[in-house]
Amino acid sequence: MTNNYRYIGKKIPRKDAKEIVTGKAAFFDDIKMPDMLIGKTLRSPYPHANIQSIDTRNAENLPGVKAVLTYKNIPPWTVGIPPHIPVLDRRLRYVGDAVALVAAETREIAEAAIELIEVEYEPLEAVYDLDEAIKPEAPQLYDFAPQNMVPDALPLGVEGFEDAPLHHIKIGNVEKGFQEADIICQGTCSYDGIPNPLPPEPPGIIVKWEGPEEAIVWSATQSPSWANILTSMFLNFTEIRSIATYCGGSYGSKNMLFNISLHAAALAKATNRPVKIYYTKAEHLNAFVLRPASRIHGKIGMKKDGTLTAIQGDWLMGYGANAPMGFMQLAVGCGEAQLALRCKNWDFKAKCVLTNRTPSGIVRGFGGQELKSSLMPILSIAMREADIDPLEFFKKNYVKDGDGYYWRDSKWHVCEGMDYRKAMEKGGEAFGWKEKWKGWLKPTTEKGTKKTGVGVSLHGNADVGEDRSEAYVRLMPSGEAVVQILVAEAGMGQRDSLCKMVAEVLQIPLEKVKMTPPDSLVNPVESGLVGSRGTYACGTAVIAAAQDARKQLLEKAAEKFNTAAENMDTADGMVFQKDKPEQAMPWFFITGPFQSFTGFGRFNTDFTKPNFMMIFTEVEVDVETGKIEILKVLAATDAGQIINPLALKGQIRGSLGSAGIDTAIMEESVIDPQNGHIMTSNMIDYKWRTFAELPEFDDVILESQFPTHQFKAIGLGEISTAPTPAAVLMAVSNAVGKQFFDYPLTPDKILRALGKIQGAESK
Amino acid sequence: MTTSPLPDSQHQIRTIHLTVNGKNFPLEVGMAPHQIQPCHTLLQTIRETLGFTGTKEGCDEGACGACTVIMDGEPILSCMMLTIECDGKSITTIEGLQNPETGHLDPLQQSFIDHGAFQCGFCTPGIIMASKALIAEKSDIETKDIQEALSGHYCRCITHYQVVDAVVDVTKKVMRVSDDK
Repeated sequence: MTNNYRYIGKKIPRKDAKEIVTGKAAFFDDIKMPDMLIGKTLRSPYPHANIQSIDTRNAENLPGVKAVLTYKNIPPWTVGIPPHIPVLDRRLRYVGDAVALVAAETREIAEAAIELIEVEYEPLEAVYDLDEAIKPEAPQLYDFAPQNMVPDALPLGVEGFEDAPLHHIKIGNVEKGFQEADIICQGTCSYDGIPNPLPPEPPGIIVKWEGPEEAIVWSATQSPSWANILTSMFLNFTEIRSIATYCGGSYGSKNMLFNISLHAAALAKATNRPVKIYYTKAEHLNAFVLRPASRIHGKIGMKKDGTLTAIQGDWLMGYGANAPMGFMQLAVGCGEAQLALRCKNWDFKAKCVLTNRTPSGIVRGFGGQELKSSLMPILSIAMREADIDPLEFFKKNYVKDGDGYYWRDSKWHVCEGMDYRKAMEKGGEAFGWKEKWKGWLKPTTEKGTKKTGVGVSLHGNADVGEDRSEAYVRLMPSGEAVVQILVAEAGMGQRDSLCKMVAEVLQIPLEKVKMTPPDSLVNPVESGLVGSRGTYACGTAVIAAAQDARKQLLEKAAEKFNTAAENMDTADGMVFQKDKPEQAMPWFFITGPFQSFTGFGRFNTDFTKPNFMMIFTEVEVDVETGKIEILKVLAATDAGQIINPLALKGQIRGSLGSAGIDTAIMEESVIDPQNGHIMTSNMIDYKWRTFAELPEFDDVILESQFPTHQFKAIGLGEISTAPTPAAVLMAVSNAVGKQFFDYPLTPDKILRALGKIQGAESK
Repeated sequence: MTTSPLPDSQHQIRTIHLTVNGKNFPLEVGMAPHQIQPCHTLLQTIRETLGFTGTKEGCDEGACGACTVIMDGEPILSCMMLTIECDGKSITTIEGLQNPETGHLDPLQQSFIDHGAFQCGFCTPGIIMASKALIAEKSDIETKDIQEALSGHYCRCITHYQVVDAVVDVTKKVMRVSDDK
């Protein structure tokens, strides 16, 4: 493309780069409040138990302790859809569940007080497996969820969420579809290793009450508005002022500060002082948001040419001990299934399952990664029988311009103006797919004990245009522009990208664009950095606001120049007539010292423009040891228009992090089935990819100028992890010559499949 | 809570000395709120007592590298070191890399900016300090040396590729400068 942009698409460092590399960027643990107390949590050693008795007197008597809370003396706040999560409960549902809370003058005193609380537990039978949990005889976690299934999706009853989230794809007639099929296959695939997105910075929050229903929260989050979603949706508080610090990684997880928010809010209320809770890494690994467990029992009908005729299945999504977001993630997953797989007949039902595991929740890929990872291997059986190249299968079956789908709101949407086939083809060429693909369950190369194989998968998401966004842009007498939008910095560089868009609209130097801090009192309403919506949704709002402000400025300037506004233009903080640019005057001459021009911009929900990313991967399997090495990854996508190439490069390489690609081979939270403890709750035992183990990583990013906003761009950071596990599983299956249906593919599973070791499964 | 002072038969207050970013800090050892307790890690002292919050606490168990600082030329995990063991040591944190007079960034910091070698930025100070120590120690650095030196650093956004490029780039420039001499 030959757009003559000053900032868009240019390799210009992030505006906050200097702050980051000098250590001046203030992350959550770097801020302090006067008079602040530290909150700590006593956690359950049992996966399922009732508190029989609890004695907090010794803890209360410890000097420096300001409050001790148990289920007996907490505020009556309950959250979740439907509401089922109180601040504290007499019933404990996972190892690590909160038993009691302490607020004290120092961390050391709070920790000492926790040790002084005496508790007698009545242990109950626990359940961890999804299929076991939904049996009638399984131990029940809650009264509201018979057989441990959250009752069918409920509408939230608030603006933008008035429809019941999609939880059952019912289209056409699957019986008819199976009759039309040449190939019918069925199978079960589990993606239930419940890995941890594990941002480097643990979660934390500070809550300070200003009045009975008025609080301020400081947190490291990617979406400061969610503190208000929590309270206004579930509780009767009027307004929470939410301020985000720099966020040291989130990958979805730090949207969900629900429990920790309630705990800090309750302690702050009890003490009438600001209370900070900052998890230790052990708490982060044991008691904070994990990726949901997913299992699909599915049946596929397909014609020989790869046309899908029927998709039927039960999708079990395991959330562990509670499900604050209920069906929202399943709704998006159900939508994303249709984006990748055009089919006339569907009967696919999602079930939200509760078990005695650490709660799962929002993680990058939001339902889609879980769904894709468990559905693709079942589809692979049909593709293998039809002998279809998966790259051709995806190109044929993904949603194109004019195709429709039910999205998360249960409504039908039609795809507009997007075509990703070129990106997929170019990706395949760059990867050497045609040369490397030898057919299903066939290795690419064999040398001694080492076999290589290739795999490919596809993911797309229409949430890039989800929910509303509002922004102001103020043109100041100084020639600066101030952008007001409630956007935090959690690694995506979105604050910077939005500033670049505004600088481009106004044609002013980037350093003249300032953005207000992510504070909900200062900025208009905005839903948050989720679903890759920053580029399209937030982008549209700030561009519209900048255009509006620019229009006001030029109208006022036109009066001064005694001409029509359409004859006026502005650049570098000057206004001038288009045909006489040499007679320019600074904004100040138009505004005077006490006037600014404030533009407003809004984005309204648009589910018609999905993004897509295809991941190609090549792996090497040592059939003697079962060890898998990921040799190469290639991401192919179309960004419409690249805004910030440096940030985009990082986001795409993010495929390897945040419980992404390595959930296929090594990342999992291993639970001891005897006692429900996570055995991988430190950063040595929890496996992660190091600098010494980097595969070759390439990308193909096209810029096809999509019909989104002025800069024709679409976001895609969120989806870079989602296709990776299925692509790796396919590659390993091909290398080994056996179709796998279970993640992660640890060496024991490889060797068992090859008949080289006997004995029971490791889980 | 015990309030007995450290073992000191003369009841004199023991003072240790840390040099941080070129500045000497005499620190009293004891159990009072303003003193360095025997249980304090160097990380705690750097962040909470001295206020150099650029150094990050990731795991607090020596497994993630976020707390890396340079002590007498060596990159160390400040969460695994007790402050009272560091008497007389000279420590450089991320705040100490900028030239104090000119305010110029260290070439390594500039290279991280130019390559966009960070995303969330939480692991960045630790990675920069470890890279700085590596460059200071070795002149001919290959990519695999950088990967090896940084293999204890946990980055979850996956900026590894850009980090390696940034470090490689600066070593080339450094070598060029020395070749010119």
